[in-house]
Amino acid sequence: MRRDILDSLLQAKREKRAAALVTELESGRQLLIAGDDSLGDLPSDPDIAREAALLIAENRSGVSEDGELFFEVFNPPLRLIVVGAVHIAQSLVPMAVLGGYETVVVDPRRAWATDVRFPNVTLIDAWPDEGLRELGLDHRTAVVTLTHDPKLDDPALLEAIRSPAFYIGALGSTRTHAKRLDRLAAEGATESELARIHGPAGLAIGARSPAEIAISILAQMTGMLHHAPRLVKTPEAAA
Amino acid sequence: MSEPQTYASSEDVLKRAAEWRDSGRKVALATVVSTWGSSPRPVGSHLVVDDQGNMLGSVSGGCIEGAVVHEARGAMENGKPRLLDFGIADETAWEVGLACGGKVKVFVENLE
Repeated sequence: MRRDILDSLLQAKREKRAAALVTELESGRQLLIAGDDSLGDLPSDPDIAREAALLIAENRSGVSEDGELFFEVFNPPLRLIVVGAVHIAQSLVPMAVLGGYETVVVDPRRAWATDVRFPNVTLIDAWPDEGLRELGLDHRTAVVTLTHDPKLDDPALLEAIRSPAFYIGALGSTRTHAKRLDRLAAEGATESELARIHGPAGLAIGARSPAEIAISILAQMTGMLHHAPRLVKTPEAAA
Repeated sequence: MSEPQTYASSEDVLKRAAEWRDSGRKVALATVVSTWGSSPRPVGSHLVVDDQGNMLGSVSGGCIEGAVVHEARGAMENGKPRLLDFGIADETAWEVGLACGGKVKVFVENLE
């Protein structure tokens, strides 16, 4: 491996950018692809770029069908951004950490987002849309709004539906969610953007306690991460 | 967080490779590129080796590391990469295979 390739790969990891390292197994020639940038002595071609993009989306490394190229995918860590430092967040956050998520809680209300309630978790006391913009939502990020307060949830959702986030969930009853969709539509959200929101958040497993609700949300999030559409609640099933 | 703490993360291994190279040592990197059956470490697992016998990471549960380190020294010497194929060819092939019955291909390259 060329040293400049290793350095660029480490830099992409530091900056939490997705990258694919393509190696020609016979010769050892390599190509590093990170976003629009590429580097290396293996010539790039559209087929390689397409395969790299597909494998990054699936978070999967492997050898090409002809056995000649090895694609190694380096994705940024999974991240969960929780809007609302509320009761359910106290169950959702530690469970998400166990599931391998870097977890951030955004809540401008300082009395709620305290280090005592959320030890060892990044707390951001910005307004949710600003906080989300600052964090930068990518295809490895999930966003869940928990406040029930339109002043806080709506700006966060408007930001999330226009990002590549792989999961967007909003807590609240079916009735609450219908009103929420009306408000967001009035703010200019399109139908396909609104369809990305899972509301009420979580799989329908009859969850009651905060811990059970956290389980149902994490299960739905996992289903979306691994493209398991049959596990994910459809709008029809939610109605 | 996604891996047991006993394994160094891929990021740690790659960082270490750069640090060792910076200190003037020869360094080789081994990567699991494909697996079949019950191989212990997934595709993309890394092992970094230097010319003083230090290593970090793993490409198996320990059964093929010796052979990989040997090939890594070869890659450091002549700069040529190599693709190693491990698997049980027959019941007596213990020393080159995986006791668990899996198969694994490992790419070994010199770090320039």
